[in-house]
Amino acid sequence: MKHTIKELEDIASQIRRDIVRMVHGCQSGHPGGSLGCADFFTALYFEVLNHNKDFTMDGIGEDLFFLSNGHISPVWYSTLAHAGYFDKSELATFRKLDSRLQGHPTTHEHLPGIRVASGSLGQGMSVAIGAALTKRLNNDNSYVFTLHGDGELQEGQNWEAAMFAPFHELDRLICSVDYNGQQIDGPTKKVLSLDSLQAKFEAFGWHVINTDGNDMQSIVEGLHYAKTLTGKGKPILNLMSTQMGAGVDYMMGTHKWHGTAPNDEQLAAALAQLPETLGDY
Amino acid sequence: MKKYTYTEKKDTRSGFGAGLHEAGKKNENVVALCADLVGSLKMDAFIKDFPERFTQVGIAEANMIGIAAGMTIGGKIPFTGTFANFSTGRVYDQIRQSVAYSNKNVKICASHAGLTLGEDGATHQILEDIGLMKMLPGMVVINPCDYNQTKAATLAIAEYEGPVYLRFGRPVIPVFTDPDQKFEIGKAWMVNEGTDVTIIATGHMVWKAIEAGEKLAELGIDAEIINIHTIKPLDDEAILKSVKKTGCVVTCEEHNKFGGLGESVARLLTTELPTPQEFVATNDTFGESGTPDQLMAKYGLDAVNIVEAVQKVIGRKK
Repeated sequence: MKHTIKELEDIASQIRRDIVRMVHGCQSGHPGGSLGCADFFTALYFEVLNHNKDFTMDGIGEDLFFLSNGHISPVWYSTLAHAGYFDKSELATFRKLDSRLQGHPTTHEHLPGIRVASGSLGQGMSVAIGAALTKRLNNDNSYVFTLHGDGELQEGQNWEAAMFAPFHELDRLICSVDYNGQQIDGPTKKVLSLDSLQAKFEAFGWHVINTDGNDMQSIVEGLHYAKTLTGKGKPILNLMSTQMGAGVDYMMGTHKWHGTAPNDEQLAAALAQLPETLGDY
Repeated sequence: MKKYTYTEKKDTRSGFGAGLHEAGKKNENVVALCADLVGSLKMDAFIKDFPERFTQVGIAEANMIGIAAGMTIGGKIPFTGTFANFSTGRVYDQIRQSVAYSNKNVKICASHAGLTLGEDGATHQILEDIGLMKMLPGMVVINPCDYNQTKAATLAIAEYEGPVYLRFGRPVIPVFTDPDQKFEIGKAWMVNEGTDVTIIATGHMVWKAIEAGEKLAELGIDAEIINIHTIKPLDDEAILKSVKKTGCVVTCEEHNKFGGLGESVARLLTTELPTPQEFVATNDTFGESGTPDQLMAKYGLDAVNIVEAVQKVIGRKK
C-alpha cells in the first residue's frame, strides 16, 4: 500500500468537496455520480494505477484509464489535479468559457490525463479495447482500466465490446461499473432494468468481481485482486455497488441529484459534512 | 481534348487493398480492422502478410470505430474497412466523438459507395456519406477516381496525421491515371485544360467527365476538366483559377446533390466568385436495385447528363 486507508479516505473527502464546489460554481453538472465514484477514483489514481503525471497521449509503459460515463467529469478533474496532472486552481474554471475542463472530458483542449472524449454514452469500452490491443502489439504489459455507468450499459455498443474482449482474451482490461441503480429518469429498475449484470457479463465470458465502491478497503482490495487475475484469458468486470451522492446525506438514495447543482445553502450543508483535508482550490 | 486511354478495368476497392498492403510493408504501425467484409474490402494481402496487425471485429461497426480510436493510443495507424453506408451513417456518433472530436489518427476506409454497389439496393447504397463526413471538423474527405489513384491515396493517408474518410467503390472501371502518381491530399488534378466550361468531378464520375469532354469537343465546346479527389480540404485555388477563365461550372459526383462536392464548390464560388453552376448528382433520392450501368443512367449520372448540364450552364453565362 502506498497510502493507509485513512489517508485515501482523506483524499476522497477533499475530492468530494471539490465536486460540490465545482458544480455549485457553474450551477450545472452532475454531482450525484461524481460523489458516488470519489472513492473509486481515489483508490485508482493514488493506489492502483501505474501512471505518470507527466502526461503523454501514448502512455507507453503505463496503465491507462478511460472514463466512459463522461458526465461525472468533476470527480476525474479533481482527482487528476490532486494527482499532479495540473494545478488545482484550474478546477475553478469547470464548465466555464475558455476552460480546459469542459462539461464532458475531451482531448480537444489538451487537458493532461484525458485520452479520448466521452459524454455520448457507451463508447468507452471499445476505445479501451483498442488501447489494450495496441499495448499487446507493443509488448506493453500494462493494464487498461475503465469506468462505466450502470444506466450507460443500456447502450448497445457496450455489448458489442463485451462480446469482443473475452473472445480476444484481453485479460489486462479491467472495467468497473458504477452500480448505483439510478439514472436521470429514475431507478434503472423502472427505466430499463439491467437485471443481473453479473450473469450477463459472465455469460459473455468475463470474470466478474463484486466490490463496495464506497468502502475504501473494499475497492482498493478489489482493484488489486483484479490485477492478479491476468493470465486467465478473461477480461475483468468490477461490479461496484455505490450510492449516488455518497458523502452528502441529502443527495443520497435518489436520482434527483444526478444532474442538479446545489444552491448556496445546500453547498454549505454539503461542505459541513466533508472535511477539507488537502486544501480547497 | 487530351486523349485518355486505358488497357484494363479494375475496381477502386482493389486499389485500396493494394495500397493498404504496401502501406503495411512501409510502416509497421499500420493496422487494419474489418467488420466481416474482408473479401469485399480486398484486405486479403494485408491479412496474409500481417495477420497479427489485423483485427476481425465481426458485424459490430460501432465497436470497430471505437477500437480503432483506442488503437491510436500507443502509436498505431488503424484503417477500418466496411461498406460506405456502415462506415458513416451507422457509426456517425462514434466517429464524431471518439475519432473526430478526439482527433484520432484513424483512416475510415469505405467501399461500395454510391449507386454502383448495384443489385443490393438502397439499404446499402449510401449517397449521403460525403456530406456526413465533410461536416465533421478536421475530417479529411477523399474520393479517388480509379485503381491507381485509390492506391496512391491509401499510401498518402497512411503518412498523414489525423482522421480521414476514404471513399471508393465496387465496380470495375477504366484505369487511366498514372500508376506512379504522387498523391497530394487537397490538391486538384488537372485532367484537361479548356476555356468554355469547368467540369469538376470526383470518384467514378471522373471517367464519365472525360467521356463527356470528348463529346463536347465534337460539339465545339472546349471543356476544362478538374479532378477533385479531396473534397475536404477543397483546393479553392485550383477551382477559382479555372472558373475565372471559363465563367461557368458543372460538378459531377455519385452522391446526393445535397451535401456533396457540388455544394462545397457552390459555397466557395458564392463567396469568392459567383458563377453559374449545374449539378450532376442524385436529386434527394434513395437508390434501388439494378446493375451499376442501369442505375447510373436512370439517376442521371452518365456522360450524356454531363453534356446536357454543360450546354445548360454555358447558356446561363452572362
